[in-house]
Parts: sequence; structure tokens; C-alpha cells
Amino acid sequence: MRITCPLCGERDRREFYYVGDAVALRRPSPDAGEAAWDDYIHNRDNPAGDTQDLWQHEAGCGAWVVVDRNTVTHAVNNVTLAAKVTR
Amino acid sequence: MRLPNTPEATVNFTFDGVPMQAVPGETLASALLANGVKHVARSFKYHRPRGIMTAGSEEPNALVTIGRGANIDPNVRATVQEVYEGLDAYSQNAWPSLRFDMMAVNDLISPFLGAGFYYKTFMWPKAFWEKLYEPVIRRAAGLGGLSAKHNETLYEKAFGFCDVLVIGGGPAGLMAALTAGQAGADVILAHEDSALGGQLLSEREMIEGAPARDWIAATVAALEAMPNVRIMTRTTVTGAYDQGTFAALERVGHHLPRRDDLPLECFWRIVAKRAILCAGALERPIAFPNNDRPGIILASGVRAYVNRWGVAPGQAVAVFGNNDDAHRTAVDLLAAGVRVAAVIDSRHGAQAQGDYQLIAGGQVTATKGRHGLTGVTVSTETEDIQISCDCLAISGGWNPSLHLTCHMNGRPRWDETLAAFVPTPDAVPGLVTAGACNGTFDTSGCLTEAAEMAATIAKDLGFVVKKKPIIPAADTSPYQIVPLWLVEGRGRKWLDFQNDVHVKDVALAAQENFVSVEHMKRYTTQGMAPDQGKSSNVSALAVLADVTGRSIPETGTTTYRPPFVPVAIAAMGAGAQGSGFAPERFTTSHAASLGRNAPMIEAGLWYRPSYFPQSGETTWQQSCDREVEYVRNVVGVCDVSTLGKIDVQGPDAAVFLDFVYTNTFSTLKLGRTRYGLMLREDGHVMDDGTTARLGDDHYVMTTTTAAAGQVMRHLEYVRQVLRPGLDVQVASVTEQWAQFAVAGPRSRELLSGVTSADISNEAWPFMGCGAVDVLGIPGRLFRISFSGELAYEIAVPARYGDSLFRLLTAQAEAMGGGAYGMEALNVLRIEKGFITHAEIDGRVTAFDLGMDAMVSRKKDCIGQTMAGRPGLHGPERRQMVGVCAITGDVKLSAGAHLFEQAAESVRVNSQGHVTSVCYSPTLDGEIGLAFLQNGRARIGETLRFVDHLRGIDTLCEVCAPVMFDPKGERVRG
Repeated sequence: MRITCPLCGERDRREFYYVGDAVALRRPSPDAGEAAWDDYIHNRDNPAGDTQDLWQHEAGCGAWVVVDRNTVTHAVNNVTLAAKVTR
Repeated sequence: MRLPNTPEATVNFTFDGVPMQAVPGETLASALLANGVKHVARSFKYHRPRGIMTAGSEEPNALVTIGRGANIDPNVRATVQEVYEGLDAYSQNAWPSLRFDMMAVNDLISPFLGAGFYYKTFMWPKAFWEKLYEPVIRRAAGLGGLSAKHNETLYEKAFGFCDVLVIGGGPAGLMAALTAGQAGADVILAHEDSALGGQLLSEREMIEGAPARDWIAATVAALEAMPNVRIMTRTTVTGAYDQGTFAALERVGHHLPRRDDLPLECFWRIVAKRAILCAGALERPIAFPNNDRPGIILASGVRAYVNRWGVAPGQAVAVFGNNDDAHRTAVDLLAAGVRVAAVIDSRHGAQAQGDYQLIAGGQVTATKGRHGLTGVTVSTETEDIQISCDCLAISGGWNPSLHLTCHMNGRPRWDETLAAFVPTPDAVPGLVTAGACNGTFDTSGCLTEAAEMAATIAKDLGFVVKKKPIIPAADTSPYQIVPLWLVEGRGRKWLDFQNDVHVKDVALAAQENFVSVEHMKRYTTQGMAPDQGKSSNVSALAVLADVTGRSIPETGTTTYRPPFVPVAIAAMGAGAQGSGFAPERFTTSHAASLGRNAPMIEAGLWYRPSYFPQSGETTWQQSCDREVEYVRNVVGVCDVSTLGKIDVQGPDAAVFLDFVYTNTFSTLKLGRTRYGLMLREDGHVMDDGTTARLGDDHYVMTTTTAAAGQVMRHLEYVRQVLRPGLDVQVASVTEQWAQFAVAGPRSRELLSGVTSADISNEAWPFMGCGAVDVLGIPGRLFRISFSGELAYEIAVPARYGDSLFRLLTAQAEAMGGGAYGMEALNVLRIEKGFITHAEIDGRVTAFDLGMDAMVSRKKDCIGQTMAGRPGLHGPERRQMVGVCAITGDVKLSAGAHLFEQAAESVRVNSQGHVTSVCYSPTLDGEIGLAFLQNGRARIGETLRFVDHLRGIDTLCEVCAPVMFDPKGERVRG
């Protein structure tokens, strides 16, 4: 698998650390309530199709990136810097 | 035997200890046939005599073992192995010898050993399977074995990058590489064989009116002259993966006498913008009775041995086929001067193409000869004909080598005209197919298709294809076939030669309702041998389709998965044996520690001294006790550089730290250090450590050794993902600073000798920090303590670490102290109830540690919200306590569980568990840290301490976790 780091270019996935669903970008406020925090911490979809997840280019520039990919075709459709994602 | 006018056989090798000679460059299979060896192996299950069946990597029968001893190499295909001077090859799966194999008794009782036999027979009693049945079956069935000794053979791995990967160097592959290379693309041409040319090497075809090998030579010369083309022979592409990544196995040293400096194999990861699969096709056998005797060889293999290697596989060769290749084979044999016993063509209207006896509309219905073929019976509608022959060439048609197109879930398509599966376009993104693997079987078609595909790809990649590729004139013979899968008759009709599966097994699977092709495969094991059914899958499928009354497309195919050929784990994991398994990190004091004979222990990737033995000490415990006493009574020195050190800088550094730590760092005064606790977002403790404020916008955080990488990643995560608005930067400086703990009542006195800074208690109080000079070198000093004693950590740039450690240690020794290692460090911190990752095991909360007050409610921080969840605090939690042994002669152990005295020591009764233990020379007793249900309310209780694993069952007393100097007076002295 190859991921195109927005800073470094196309690299082997071995350079990246995988963390999981990009839901992590939308951290609830402390008073958002139990349900919102439960979703944020524990509940994840397992889509057959398009998914967005967070990877870190740990063995490279250290950038955290949001990877848009398809779990069926394995296509990597888009990679953006997590810091630049509007939320 | 060798044909006239072949090169002299000058290479000496042995087979089963018998000396033989080979022609340089030929395969072991060719050399064995040349030496008249037909019976080379025993089959997997029934131990039937088997011979060489093919001339390629798909060979199911002729597996041999190369060499003896630790570096033995089993299951090598004789059709791939090139002979070199001194090669020792051995037959496998036969005892006492290949010719008289005791286990051949399996063949006599074969009616009882069909598919599913093991499942039905070895059911009861259940316990017998593991102890009796399986070991016996495993000994009886099998291929070659490993030596079970450490294998010193060198393997290598490598990475390759290119614009166009051409897989296969036959006519199509050569044409594709030439076209792409001339367009200017970076090309890797990977070819399994030792020589380029593919099937053309085995044929007598003409290209541009000259022998095909002239065209091959000219094309290879043109490719070699191009700096942008890399030719990799002896390299099999074994798998297609995501985003144009391919795995390939290069046989680097297999064809040469073993050398210590040359790897046997190299495992490649090749990344290609585009790929062209030109893998050719594999001929398939026909299932007729006893079609497995030595001497029965695929027609393409016979042509390879005759035309390429100059070896006649027999003196009288019969040919049996359902397509024109049978006739092509006969013509080639006649041209080579080999007698053709007969050509049996199952097609009724077949015409002879040369001076040989043709039996049109006939089928081979029986064969003779236990250790080698002696004759066949041919049946037509009117008669049975006996034919004497010592070799039978068979051609059941061709299966395109489309395996790689199925590696990413692609399914092939059935082509009725070709009676074969062909690849589905775009099954692997970026990969196209050309030539025989695409179902284009004539040479002219291969060349045209490959050139067109390569030109299209080059254009897609932005290269200018100046002129239309010139396609040389070549063979255009059409492929004409009438499917023939199965010939009825008495005797087993073998499908999967490598796993000993025959037609009746497939029929039995269907009869027992394993009608799905995937179920049939698993029930019979057809296609599950190392060759993955390359010569049997399609035939077995056709048989299954027939017995279930379905068409082949309705029946479907099994899934082809990587690797295309077997790959040794040693090749995939090359370099990862022994010290290559993980990186080794050494501190600056490593050499000095080794110089003091300290045993080094692993701490993550780091190596740290366990203890520093002195003369007269015979156990680690003695050294450890002495080192603890240094620190408690005099002064000790310990390298703590392995702790993570993270520089945090920027206007928002304080806000950032307040967010990642549970407690507040924005209020920390300049020149002061504070202990901090870090949670995961789910409310459990991630790590702890001290953070020093060196400037208004400048902090230095320390982490535990174990979690340094995790914390660094976490900080970048918070900075980039959660709080991208903050103006703060983090950088790991762990490697840049060498840092030493100087601990003990006389630590101040020692340090006064190496720094000119005023480090009196007033000027440099507990938790004070700042820049100091260290014998003229700019360094840092932190008054922090992991031992509970008056202590400092002194840091210098890493290049001064070695000399500072030697200096500090020497001075400590002069004062009656010295260096201390991990064992003593551990004792010192347990005595003080300080935690490590033995305690912070991922399930522990700040409440459990008694640090709930450190979770500030005045601000948001990572983990704060979830730490407040029900169930994460309260008497039901296991809380950290100390434990001490009541009887003096018992050793405590980490991992033990705590029980009420009267309770049975079973899991459900466990009240808590023990995380760290030591013998405390200071308190003269066995002590430990434990997590005990409602522990803080149970100080003083006596509990049962049970470690079933180590056979410990004793009593202990629950105490406060800080067992030494509970008021913390010593640290402030």
C-alpha cells in the first residue's frame, strides 16, 4: 500500500502509523454528554466502501494525515494534512 | 540421454549420492533426464514413484533437497534448480531409498485412503489426534524436511522502483520491455528463468525468417544497451499488491556453489507506476488412468528438453493430446532424431503433420511400468492398441498464467474457444496483460499485443512514442483445441500430482455435497500443495463441473493468492534474524558499563546495565543490595538518558502542556520542575514524568523509557489533530542529551566538583532546574529524585556523555559510592512507591494510583471527561498499595494474586494482583506494589499471596505504597 504524504510525496505504508477513524478530529466539548463521548471514544463504523482515517507519517516528517480510502477497492483517493482539515 | 551435437557435460553433481555430469547452465531436471534418471521422487500421500513432469516452476513432482546439514534446502524444484559444480541433490519422502520406499504400502491400501479419509477415521478417541494420529500421519505424508538447526544461509531484501514493470521475459515481455524502454520509461524486466526468451527457447520457430533465438539475442542486446532498462533474470514476481506494489523473489545464489558472501535469495518489493503481465501460459495434463508414471511428461516440457537442452526424455516417445501441440512435439522429436512411437490425438479429424503413426480419435486408457513408463494402451471406438514407449508427452491445452490478476480479488473469465480462463481487464489497477497469459497463443499475436500495450502505457505516462513499434514476422499458427479433461478407464486418474488427488476424490467430494469449488478444494486438498494446483486447478474444476452437471463458468474458480511460487520465510524476513530483529539503542555510557562487566538488559530497544558486579560477589542480589546502599547512604550514579526527553517550545507551550497533562504547567515557575500525569482520552493513565520550565516559552518534558515513542506520537497528534491552532513545536531530544542521576546524601558534594553553579539547598531547592556549566560545557541540572534521596539529574550534550559518566562514577567511588544499575534503581523506587509501566499497564486510572487530586477540574485536558465515568473510581477499583512478606524465607513474585486468607485461590476470588516486587535491603524484607480492591481502606490487613505459576503460597501484609521515608524528608535535605 502506498500513501502520498502531502509533505513528502508517495511513500510505502510501512513509514506510516495507523490510528483509526478520523472521527478523532471532532473531539466533543467536555460537557457534550455521555453519548457524544461514548461515540467519540468507542463507537466506530466498519464500512465496506469509502472511509476516512488518520495515519501518522511517523518514519518520515511526523505529519498526521487524513487518508480517504476505499476498503473494498483499496484505492487511496485523497490524503490531507490533519492540521489543515476544516472542522 | 543426450542428443548428438550438444555441449560437453563438464559439471559434476550427485543425485542420491550417485556422481553424474551436466552441461553448464542446464537445470537439474534436464541433467537427470540426460543421465537416464526418470524416477526422481515419491508422491506426497501414496508414495508413488514420480518423475519429472514439466520444464518449469510449476513442476509438481520433481521436488528435491539440496545439500545436507544445517543449511539444507528442501522442496527445490529440479526444473528450476540449475546444476553447479559440486551440487548434491537428494530425493525426498522415501525410506529407506527412492526405489524401495516402505511407505509405498500406502499405495496398496489406497482404496481406504481417499479424500476425507482422515476426517472420518481419526475422529475417536479425541485425545488420540494430537498424540498419535497426527504425528504418524505427518511422518508418513510429506515432502522435504528442514534440518531443525540454525540456518546460516544469507538472504537479502531490496526495494525497486520503475515506471513500467514487465513481468515475464518471453516474446511478449521482451517486446513490451523494448517498446517501453525505447519510449524512455524506466523499465524493470523480471523474468523467472535464467535466460530470456520464454517458450521460444523450447520451440523451433522462426522470427523474421531466422531462428527465434537470433531475435531474442538481438532484443536482449538492445535492452542491455538501454540505461533505463533493468533486466532481472531468475526473478519471479510472486504477488500483486495495492498501489502498484509487487513482490518478487530473485534467486541470487541458487545456481552457484554456496558462498558466504552471496545471498541465496533476495526478496524484492517493486513499486511500479504501471505493470505489464507477460507471464505466458502453463500446459495442462489430461486425467487418464495411471497418468503419473515416471516418463509421462507434458509435451511442452518434452520440447524444452529436446530443443533447448538437447536431451531426449526417452528412446521411444508417444504423444497424446487434444490440440496441435501434440503434432508440433512429434515433428520436433523427429527433427531431433528421436523415435516417435505414435501420436494419439483425441480429435477425430486430426491430420498427421509429419512421418509418424497417428491415431486420430484415440485416447490413452492405460499405462504400464512401475518405476518408469514401458508402454500405453490406446483405445479407439473400434480397438485397443498396445504401444511400447518409455516416454509419453501429453498436451491437454494451455492455461494462461493469469494468477497475478487475481491477487486483488479479480476473477478470471471462461473462454469457450480456448477452453481456458483468461484474465478480466483491470483486475489489478495499473496492470495490463499481453501474450499467452492473455489468451493470445501465437507468437505473432504475442509480439503485436505486447508492443501495443507497452506503447499505450508509455503514452499514458507521458513518454513520447516516436514511431509505431516494428513487429517482426513470426508464427501465426492458430490454437485449435477440443477439450478433453478426463479419460475413463481402470485406475486412478491423477489431477493434483503434488497432493495426490485424483478424479474419484473430486467425485467423492461432490457426492458428499461439497459441490462448491472452494469446498471441494478443502475436502480433497486439490490445489493446496506448494504448487497451488498450477497444473490441476482447471482440470479438477472441469471434473467437478461434469459430476455436478454444471458448466465450468457456473462452477467458478478458487482464488489465486500470493505467492505465485513458494517463498521462504527467510527471504521475506531477510536481515531480521538475531541482532537484525530489532534496532539496538545504546547509551553514551554503554562502553563504560561493559568495561565494568555490567550485564546489559533490554529496555525497549535500549540496552541498560542490570548491575555492576564487584569481585567477591557471586549473585546479582549481592551487587544490587550494595548499589542500593550506595544511594541510601553515600552516592550513586545511574545513566537515565533512555527516558524520553521532549523539547516543547512556542508561545502556546504552556497551554499545550495544560491540555496534555492532568495537572497545570502554565503556573509552573521558571527554573522549576513539576511531576505530571498524562491520561489517554478514555481516562486511563498513559504515562508520567517530570517537565521542567527552562524559559517562558520553553519546557523540557521527560517520559518513561517504555512510552517515549508513544508520548512523542501523542504530542504530535494533539498538536496537529486536536489543537492545530496552538503555536507550539515539539521535538524529541532524547538522543541529543546524555543524562545521569546522581543520588544519595552526598550527591550535592559530588556535583559541586563538576559544576561551578551554586547548588546549595537554598539556591537550588528540590524540583529546581536550569542551565549550568559542567566543567566548562553548557549543561542542565534538575533536582529531581526517583530514589527518594537527595538527588539530581545532570545533562550534557551526548558527545560528552561517556566522559561525564566515567568522571561521576570515579568520583562516587572515591567517596565510597559508585554506579548503580536497573536492579538497584527498581528497588529504590519500589521502596518509595514510585510507579513504572509495570504499574501503568493501560488499565489503571489516576484514582487507582491515588493521584485523583492531580486531575485538575479547572481546565479541560485529555482524558478528563472520561476519567469521571462511573466505574473508574470508587471502592470497587483495584487501588495501588504496598505489600510486605510476613515470613522472612519466602520470595515474593510479580504476577501473583491476593486472596482473603480463608478463600480458595481461584480466579473469581482474586482481590488484587502484584505488579512489582523486590528484596529491600533498606527495610530488610520482601516488599512489593500491588493493586488491591478497595486497597487504601485495607492497610494493615493480612492476605494470602499466591503465584500458581511459581508455586508460591504465603501471607503478606497490606501497607501504604510509600514504604520508606513516607514524609519525604530525605529528598529535601
